[in-house]
Amino acid sequence: MATVNLRAPLKDLAGGNSDVQVEGATVGAVIQALEKEHPKLTGWILDEQGHVRRHVNVFVNGERVREDAAVQPADRLHVLPSISGGSP
Amino acid sequence: MTELLVGTHKGLFALRGTNGDPMELAVRAFPGETVEYATRDPRTGRTFASVSNGQFGPRVMFTDDPGLGEWNQAKGPAFPDDVDAAVVRTWVVTPGEIDGLLYAGVDPAALFVSTDNGETWELNRGLWNVPTRPEWNPGLGGLALHSICPWPGDPARLAVGISAAGVWLSEDGGDTWRTGYTGLVPEYLPEDTREGTHALCVHNMRRSPVRPERLFMQFHGSVYRSDDTGETWSDIATGLPDGFGFPIVLDPADPDAAFVIPLDGMFDRATPGGRVAVYETRDAGASWTARGTGLPQKNAWLTILRQAFGADSGSPQSLAFGSTSGTVFASGDGGASWGTAFDRLPRITSVRFA
Repeated sequence: MATVNLRAPLKDLAGGNSDVQVEGATVGAVIQALEKEHPKLTGWILDEQGHVRRHVNVFVNGERVREDAAVQPADRLHVLPSISGGSP
Repeated sequence: MTELLVGTHKGLFALRGTNGDPMELAVRAFPGETVEYATRDPRTGRTFASVSNGQFGPRVMFTDDPGLGEWNQAKGPAFPDDVDAAVVRTWVVTPGEIDGLLYAGVDPAALFVSTDNGETWELNRGLWNVPTRPEWNPGLGGLALHSICPWPGDPARLAVGISAAGVWLSEDGGDTWRTGYTGLVPEYLPEDTREGTHALCVHNMRRSPVRPERLFMQFHGSVYRSDDTGETWSDIATGLPDGFGFPIVLDPADPDAAFVIPLDGMFDRATPGGRVAVYETRDAGASWTARGTGLPQKNAWLTILRQAFGADSGSPQSLAFGSTSGTVFASGDGGASWGTAFDRLPRITSVRFA
């Protein structure tokens, strides 16, 4: 299973877990599995069309990717808010 | 004791106190996130907040806790898989005319319906699929369905206002829709392009609960009234310092009463001459009276957004509005006199009486 690393506020919505292990062959599938395990995350990372939100960055093993990127079981994902979406 | 729900660019502020006097901050929720709109359903006591996070998107939250402590995230509003759209923000949540029924208006302009007191939401496909939708264009604030006017006692009849796609009317519970464009004049368009345009920039629209065939509208550049359920509109801005403004509120007990806050022209969009005044009509727009007692009368260039003016149903009526510069003004005597309820808040997006 891949490991998804979350920071606040996503970590709080995942019950305080900063590392969550979930299955999925793509980033989109991994995030959807994450939402299923932690429903409070629904809509925060992916929009209703399954796209990674414009101001959210997902990295797989350090490389910034989109929802259709492949994920291997040993991969480590980081989900971070983009600096471009911050509120002044 | 009055409670005001004040949505801001930096969270929800619940203010409690007496109208016209300084109020106390009771609760702040959703710090760091924009609360586009907050309201309490008087039927259930459930409080709703439309919350937008610059990074993590929009959501509707609700709580049954009077202390606004524990919030739940609604399932939606969100477009279904077969619709190629994503919700940008929820502009308004409005109780319907059946127990459990609520409506939400979102950007891109769509109506969502809940039948379980706002816990889950479903797209109204009748309005989404109207044939002219590809011709709709957004205003500066987006393509926003921001005004929802149910018909008291009749869930089949509904009017909605869209910026910038005019008034839409349904008499079959939202299955089919028709326009209510007649009489609206988009002075921001060249005269020879106005006929048949959909670019009608409704800023805010309200229905009189005691005379439901009557609606009032703050339009982009004028104020209008309809006495035939929104089919046709008459300009009633004569007597106002400017026809431009964003919000409009009514006195639910008086079908001839409305309140607007005129702003200066189509460019400055601030209170004219640095003076703040609410304008009141008690004769359905035939005349307007400035109500500025207690409001700043010099060096005050305020902007009041479309959802940032609220009114209750009391007698005398209480009114409150908030500025983008973060001040909440309130009146407990129907607008005759005003006081500063709270100051130095973030940019205010909505004000509602709880």
